[in-house]
Amino acid sequence: MVTDKKRVKGETLLDIRGLKIDGYSDDVWNPIVKGIDLTLKRGEVLGLIGESGAGKSTLGLAAMGFARPGCRISGGSIVFDGMDLIAASEEQRRALWGSRIAYVAQSAAASFNPAHHIIDQTVETAVAHNIMTREKAEADARDLYKRLQLPNPNTIGDRFPHQVSGGQLQRAMTAMAMSCRPDLIIFDEPTTALDVTTQVEVLAAMRDIVEQFNTAAIYITHDLAVVAQMAHRIMVLRYGNLVEEATTRAMLKAPTQEYTRSLWAVRKLQKPESISDDIALRIHNVDASYSGSLKVLDNVTVQVPRGRTVAVVGESGSGKSTLARAITGLLPPSRGEIYFNGKPLPRALHERDKDTLRRIQMIYQSADTALNPRQKVRDIIGRPLEFYLGLQGAARDRRVVELLESIELNESYIDRLPGEMSGGQKQRISIARALAAEPEIIICDEVTSALDQIVQEEILSLLMRLQKKTNVSYLFITHDIATVRAISDEIVVMHQGKVVQQGPKSKVLSPPFPAYTELLLSSVPEMDPDWLTGLLAKRSKKVKAATA
Amino acid sequence: MHPVLRTVLQRLGLGIVTLLAVSVIIFSSLEMLPGGYAENVLGQSATPETVAAFKRDLGLDRPASVRYFEWIGNAVQGDFGSSYSGLSGSMKRNVSATIAPRLYNTFFLAAMAALIAVPLSLLLGAMAALHRNSWFDRIVNSVTLTTIAMPEFFIAYILVYVFAVKLRLFYPNSTVSIGTPFVEHLYRAALPAITMTLVIIAHMMRMTRAAIINLLASPYIEMAQLKGVSKSDVIRHHALPNAWAPIATVIAFNLAYLVVGVVVVEVVFVYPGIGQLMVDAVSSRDMPVVQACALIFAATYILLNLLADIVSIVTNPRLLHPK
Amino acid sequence: MNTATPPVRAIKARRSVMESIRRDLKTAPLTAWFGMVVILLYAICAIFAPLLAPYGESEIVGKAYQLSSPENWLGTDQIGRDTLSRLIFGARNTIGIALITTLLSFLVGGSLGVLAALKRGLLDQGISRVVDAFLAIPVLIFALMMLAVVGKSLINLIIILALLDSTRVFRLSRAVALNVVVMDFVESARLRGEGMRWIVFKEIVPNILPPLITEFGLRFCFVFLTISALSFLGVGIQPPTADWGSMVAESKSLISFGRPAPLYPAAAIALLTVAVNFVVDWFLHKTSGLRDGH
Repeated sequence: MVTDKKRVKGETLLDIRGLKIDGYSDDVWNPIVKGIDLTLKRGEVLGLIGESGAGKSTLGLAAMGFARPGCRISGGSIVFDGMDLIAASEEQRRALWGSRIAYVAQSAAASFNPAHHIIDQTVETAVAHNIMTREKAEADARDLYKRLQLPNPNTIGDRFPHQVSGGQLQRAMTAMAMSCRPDLIIFDEPTTALDVTTQVEVLAAMRDIVEQFNTAAIYITHDLAVVAQMAHRIMVLRYGNLVEEATTRAMLKAPTQEYTRSLWAVRKLQKPESISDDIALRIHNVDASYSGSLKVLDNVTVQVPRGRTVAVVGESGSGKSTLARAITGLLPPSRGEIYFNGKPLPRALHERDKDTLRRIQMIYQSADTALNPRQKVRDIIGRPLEFYLGLQGAARDRRVVELLESIELNESYIDRLPGEMSGGQKQRISIARALAAEPEIIICDEVTSALDQIVQEEILSLLMRLQKKTNVSYLFITHDIATVRAISDEIVVMHQGKVVQQGPKSKVLSPPFPAYTELLLSSVPEMDPDWLTGLLAKRSKKVKAATA
Repeated sequence: MHPVLRTVLQRLGLGIVTLLAVSVIIFSSLEMLPGGYAENVLGQSATPETVAAFKRDLGLDRPASVRYFEWIGNAVQGDFGSSYSGLSGSMKRNVSATIAPRLYNTFFLAAMAALIAVPLSLLLGAMAALHRNSWFDRIVNSVTLTTIAMPEFFIAYILVYVFAVKLRLFYPNSTVSIGTPFVEHLYRAALPAITMTLVIIAHMMRMTRAAIINLLASPYIEMAQLKGVSKSDVIRHHALPNAWAPIATVIAFNLAYLVVGVVVVEVVFVYPGIGQLMVDAVSSRDMPVVQACALIFAATYILLNLLADIVSIVTNPRLLHPK
Repeated sequence: MNTATPPVRAIKARRSVMESIRRDLKTAPLTAWFGMVVILLYAICAIFAPLLAPYGESEIVGKAYQLSSPENWLGTDQIGRDTLSRLIFGARNTIGIALITTLLSFLVGGSLGVLAALKRGLLDQGISRVVDAFLAIPVLIFALMMLAVVGKSLINLIIILALLDSTRVFRLSRAVALNVVVMDFVESARLRGEGMRWIVFKEIVPNILPPLITEFGLRFCFVFLTISALSFLGVGIQPPTADWGSMVAESKSLISFGRPAPLYPAAAIALLTVAVNFVVDWFLHKTSGLRDGH
């Protein structure tokens, strides 16, 4: 029986030496992983962090002996419990997959087959590898669902994947991975796609079950605070190379490498708060809905002072992006008024004149879709100059170069296409495009959410500098609390279309908190390995006190 | 009401509406006949009196909407009225009686082709998708790409030249009549059926291959592999249940293509089907026959697409098991 | 610990248009090369037909149904015209008419599709419903019907086919335009206050060109085959214009006598469509960027 397997804690389970992996793109093989050593002991949890493109996912899959189509292992060795995975045949490796090494993917919704019940897929591996009979496997699965704190553990398995929420599905995937009591589980960014408040429960469940069964794990993520809760040891990767490796506490207390330190630079940013009474934009009692009766904005009142930053924070479905659409006129409010510089703003976009449009600009989250892939930088930044300010020809190009300088890009960028720039550079171009119009308010819709940590810090610093120079106001929409701390003067907390709380940063971020703000703020992982344990203890104490 | 039932009914409703819209289009195109139907039939003897008399006899002087409803009402019951051809419209014939045997012949031919083509293409297409980029796959790709580009009459005449004229294995013309025994009908219709089969296989194999490759790229397929499920189980257990909808669409699309391709093939082989009938009617401007044939073709087309959509609906797990 | 070096190819230098064309041609498979050469040959035939053909298009040069001889390489047709010359002139006629029809179809279908994607709402729903009804009737059948009604002239043929084919182009252009219309940069242009003309021609059209170009190739093949089929059935291009479809019909009785006469014009049709399909297939393969270690 699976649970009887004797696991000697401390014994080496996985030994990777000098691993090299290449990926095929643009008709040529490029190195993704450039020679990495990795050792994992039984029962140990190793965190793998790095930015996108660091090679963490590829490395995680390689630890199983799996290479995606378009990837090949070009050097080094992978030894799992004495077995050489590179030399092993496909059949031998397949015997390991699911039963001794399991994989938990980033998107549970995509990884479950929509045509089968959840429980069928959970027990599939155990039954296929003849580890348990079907009845035993199903009973075991229900037990796992209970341990992972899924609602209705006895019946949830009878549902189909699309009938269950994202967080629940992620835990079900963990149960699926656990079903054969593998020696090693590889978690590949399992909570990245979840809301912060859901993430807490999933993290707790994962950590508990790994401990209960003494399973070794590799936890892959880009979020240092999350990995600090889960891992005993952390490896930092960059461009396919190892940068630093240390135990969790040691790394958090005293990282030795510059790069590691820069990974949580955003959390170090802290804008000094500054209040002003000069209100540039006032949103007053605004309601909005898409069609019919369901309100997406409910009696929203927000004020944006001149030259200051107001952060609007909330989770998915809070209405924060809808607020941006209401302000720009894409979704005219059904009730209430929006005042700009004291005068009411025409509700619909097509009712506004060019000058009004000029003064309110927007920057988007994903620079891939925000810039026309067929236009050069000269035209992307130059068009607002032409359209609003009437600049042409050489004068226009000169101003474009000035703007490029203010976003810290060389003038050679003027002839580039978006496809030739990195994510951070594209976002800077978006900022320059907004600035070109010489606006009074810029709405930033999750502008740093799609960027890596270090780039996030650079963009936020840039935005701060530009605000000082031009006295522009920002309405900064985000879901990330660290960003909010870094950049805002005032904060607005939104939940399900309503404003839960607003005020100066210092006031909002210190107690007493309304219930939702409390939940939101406390769910954000801290850079402290004991944070999760502490939070769970606090919350269970509260529940005990409430039910007593 | 269960979402599946509701969606199926919606789709049925849409199909009926489309059919009605198409019938309106077909009917009103007759109204566009320059000179009017009466003048065209009467030809030389078209004087204002004879035209008026003709119109009165046939009820053509009534408003268009009335005539439309009468036409469509009768058509649903299988009665397509009468057509007038020959000198001054002297030869009157019952359209439905003319169409019926032809329709049987065409279905016979289409069934022959479909019964061979469908299973063969699904099998070959699936094999090509599973052994992607192998020699088999590459050859299959090139051959089918060449075949789908060719006009049907080219393939038909090559077959005639090789098998009928040079090798004398089959008849170059496929004349059958009502009394032809079943087996002989099969033999005479062999060459046109083979032509259609070749054309359909080429199209269908490509589409099947594409659909399966698309399916195999889904993340849950990779997940199944990572769970150690064997290759054959991945296909049988994970891919197949999700394959019904795309495969049904491929089959329906190609059967609809069969319906159109049959016209040219029937003319090449002088096979008395409904395609040949329509072409002859077009040449002689026998409008009631043209309209009836067009309506039948369109209805078949719509019906096939409807069936494919219903299969997709009925096999969709999100609809079968709502939240 | 190792210092991590950034990837060498951090920023891809953009190649000039000529360079990228040269690079593409080098990596093109055999089938694509074959296709391009064939298309070039046909284009030359079509353009320089009067110079290349030994005789005139409708010139009677001998007795009917002659076998191939030094004077008439492919023999003569049913009234004594040189088959080879008619084949060469057929290139110009059939290809030319198919091209004009396809261009017209793209003009109508493409602009309506982009318009529907941009405006959405009632306009989009209205046009889409009408198009759906027309899509339910196969093109060949509908063309046969309409030609029976309005008569078999060349203008009628072009207009009817162009309108029918434009429904298919509408569906595709609407779909690809919709993908672009939801992008943030289009919304950004809208927020700027840009007019429709700018949004259509500067934001949308440059981003939908690749699929439209591919579709042009495919639709040209379809129109070309349909015109040939209609001519074969006797309702397309009318005599005495040299046209491959009608040439097949005119010589079809010969095949029972063991003469492959109808195969020549039929092969001419087949060769061109196969060639175009090869090139389009290669183009599709390139632009879809299939990355699986092929």
